[in-house]
Amino acid sequence: LAKMSGGGSTLLGYIGIDTIIEQMRKKTMKAGFDFNIMVVGNSGLGKSTLVNTLFKSQVSRRSAGWARDEKIPKTIEIKAVSHVLEEGGVKMKLTVVDTPGFGDQINNDNCWEPISKYINEQYEKFLKEEVNITRKKRIPDTRVHCCIYFITPTGHSLRSLDIEFMKRLSHSVNIIPVIAKSDTMTIEERLEFKQRVRKELEMGGIEVYPQKEFDEDMEDKSDNDKIREAMPFAVVGSDKEYQVNGKRVLGRKTAWGIVEVENPNHCEFAQLRDFLIRSHLQDLKEVTHNIHYETYRAKRLNENGGLHPITCNDTQESNL
Amino acid sequence: MFLPSGSRPFSPSSIQPELVSASRTPSAVENIMQEPPHPAGRDSPDLLPGPRGREPDRAAEGKDRPHTPSQLHLPAAARAQSGSRSEPRLSRRQSAEFDLSSVPISPTRPKSPWGPFDPYNNNEDQGKEYVGFATLPNQVHRKSVKKGFDFTLMVAGESGLGKSTLVNSLFLTDLYKDRKLLNAEERITQTVEITKHTVDIEEKGVKLKLTIVDTPGFGDAVNNTECWKSVADYIDQQFEQYFRDESGLNRKNIQDNRVHCCLYFISPFGHGLRPLDVEFMKALHEKVNIVPILAKADTLTPAEVKKKKFKIREEIEQYGIKIYQFPDCDSDEDDDFKQQDHQLKESIPFAVIGSNTVVEAKGKRVRGRLYPWGIVEVENSAHCDFVKLRNMLVRTHMQDLKDVTRETHYENYRAHCIQNMTRMVVKERNRNKLTRESGTDFPIPVVPAVGDETEKLIREKDEEVRHAEQQRKQTHTSL
Repeated sequence: LAKMSGGGSTLLGYIGIDTIIEQMRKKTMKAGFDFNIMVVGNSGLGKSTLVNTLFKSQVSRRSAGWARDEKIPKTIEIKAVSHVLEEGGVKMKLTVVDTPGFGDQINNDNCWEPISKYINEQYEKFLKEEVNITRKKRIPDTRVHCCIYFITPTGHSLRSLDIEFMKRLSHSVNIIPVIAKSDTMTIEERLEFKQRVRKELEMGGIEVYPQKEFDEDMEDKSDNDKIREAMPFAVVGSDKEYQVNGKRVLGRKTAWGIVEVENPNHCEFAQLRDFLIRSHLQDLKEVTHNIHYETYRAKRLNENGGLHPITCNDTQESNL
Repeated sequence: MFLPSGSRPFSPSSIQPELVSASRTPSAVENIMQEPPHPAGRDSPDLLPGPRGREPDRAAEGKDRPHTPSQLHLPAAARAQSGSRSEPRLSRRQSAEFDLSSVPISPTRPKSPWGPFDPYNNNEDQGKEYVGFATLPNQVHRKSVKKGFDFTLMVAGESGLGKSTLVNSLFLTDLYKDRKLLNAEERITQTVEITKHTVDIEEKGVKLKLTIVDTPGFGDAVNNTECWKSVADYIDQQFEQYFRDESGLNRKNIQDNRVHCCLYFISPFGHGLRPLDVEFMKALHEKVNIVPILAKADTLTPAEVKKKKFKIREEIEQYGIKIYQFPDCDSDEDDDFKQQDHQLKESIPFAVIGSNTVVEAKGKRVRGRLYPWGIVEVENSAHCDFVKLRNMLVRTHMQDLKDVTRETHYENYRAHCIQNMTRMVVKERNRNKLTRESGTDFPIPVVPAVGDETEKLIREKDEEVRHAEQQRKQTHTSL
């Protein structure tokens, strides 16, 4: 039967262009995809627990065999752990990059440097693969797609370290700030704190994801505006389940009640999860690839006076 | 009426709704500040000089207010007893009503001004001859109450840990009304300040001059190296000032600004002590009494609280940090007291929550924090250690904190200071031996009573100098 498209040439019959979506789906499902998430924040803010809660499995560094009560390392370490998750036939290779030691020392000057270095190293790896003559069919993507920054819930405002970190890294990676352990604050305190944080981010010229400048169209803009108004999300993480009103829920049991992780009246975990995984996962990857990576690439190529065609199999840096 | 067993200074946890009011009416705060346990004190000044006529009133009062009779005795009083041990036990078990008409007055004793709290005022002691000095504690107490007490409390820790809220909750005031919170940009260049707030509190005729020393900016910068230095300097300055005053000529009105206690706030978000916490406490544990506090404890589940407390205590021992030790109770205290004392020691660090807002829960009005999932009550011991901390700080250990500051920390400082002075003097002498000057320029006024050890030092050094002089003379003559 003829399907009339509005505007443009009229179709005389059904072609089947729309099946491209289905084809893409099938291919993606077969190939699976990579997602790399980095968590940054002081020790004890619940980073590992939150990641485990987000992906409903033991995917953090802690679960991969490190002891829970590890001593604070003297320097910042970067520890990456990968797991393959499967849901609905879709395979995802999730890599969680942890940064123990960040902000824990007495002197935290330049503690963001190892992190910046790691992020740039991943871009470098990808770039090298890209300029190879014989490229792999699918370049392994270890670039950090999203960096979740954990804000200490002081109730006052951002700390100097928070501002320094986000200022320096918001141009090389997508930063999503979250308020950790937000069951410390009452609802009013939380609202006030969020407002203050947003104001300070604005004053510092810090663009967190989703960045305003990358909104593609009006629909994007309105969706993202809503999210930007709600950020930073105040979250609570937990890997324990309790019985509440006949249901089993993830939560924290205190002497005065049970904090339910997925209850939107208690905390904004559900919002964060939906935002991160259910709606913007692909966008995070795209922004990383199309914008952050391109920025890095342009910078690198400009450094060495432009791109030279590679004439031999030697793909070392000197050829760039 | 039988006194509730909680008639000890660890008062019953019944909540007084009047605590809400910001005004300091005696009724509102009566539950907070009972008189500090002065070594001699055991009576409320209210009841002391009262003429007989007022007794029945107060006794009646005692019936309605279970707290009042608890003022009849204090553990400190038991310790300071010079005689008549029967007295405290009597008052503990008896009802508040004193029927004075039944007590015969010894013909040789004049009417006692101490009323029912006269140590000789019981049946056994009538007719016996006493010198009468067992009322000494009462006299001392009365004089010091007239003078008033002072207490300096320092709060230290990162910003955002609830220090100001806790101070306001502890003393039911609003010391930080006009505080302006800096935003992060401003705080990048801020250094650690020391601020002082003083407030005069009066309760039942007892005056307390409370000074709170705050340390805004501590631990807030990116680079916090030696950020405790200004705190340590401040404490030393207070010691130095007191030292000078003490050594001065007019010692009538020495102002004691020495810091008696430092509440150090440990973040509940970490895994125990962080490097900054360790460094701070180690820098200050020999200058001031440190009481570690686990802040914002409503973030933690009961299991987490226990685990953290254990870990922190372990780390404190591991790093050799000397926090304030509660004095051991005497072996003749009753089991109840001993148990409470033991519980207190096990509660370090105190897991506290602060709040000055009153919320309504199940028909009760309590001070607390309202969450969608429940209400945290500040004064509920099942929720946090606020009550324990308050009792320890104000009702039972305030005097001990002052004593330890005076006897240990200040004395350490003083000895150290004098040693330095002596060394400087010796240096001066050695330098001046050629010019035969005997000037001794003490940077600090001469302390009349130098300790034995320093005397010996001075004598030894003098010997040395004399010896060196002799040798010099010999070499001179041989030339």
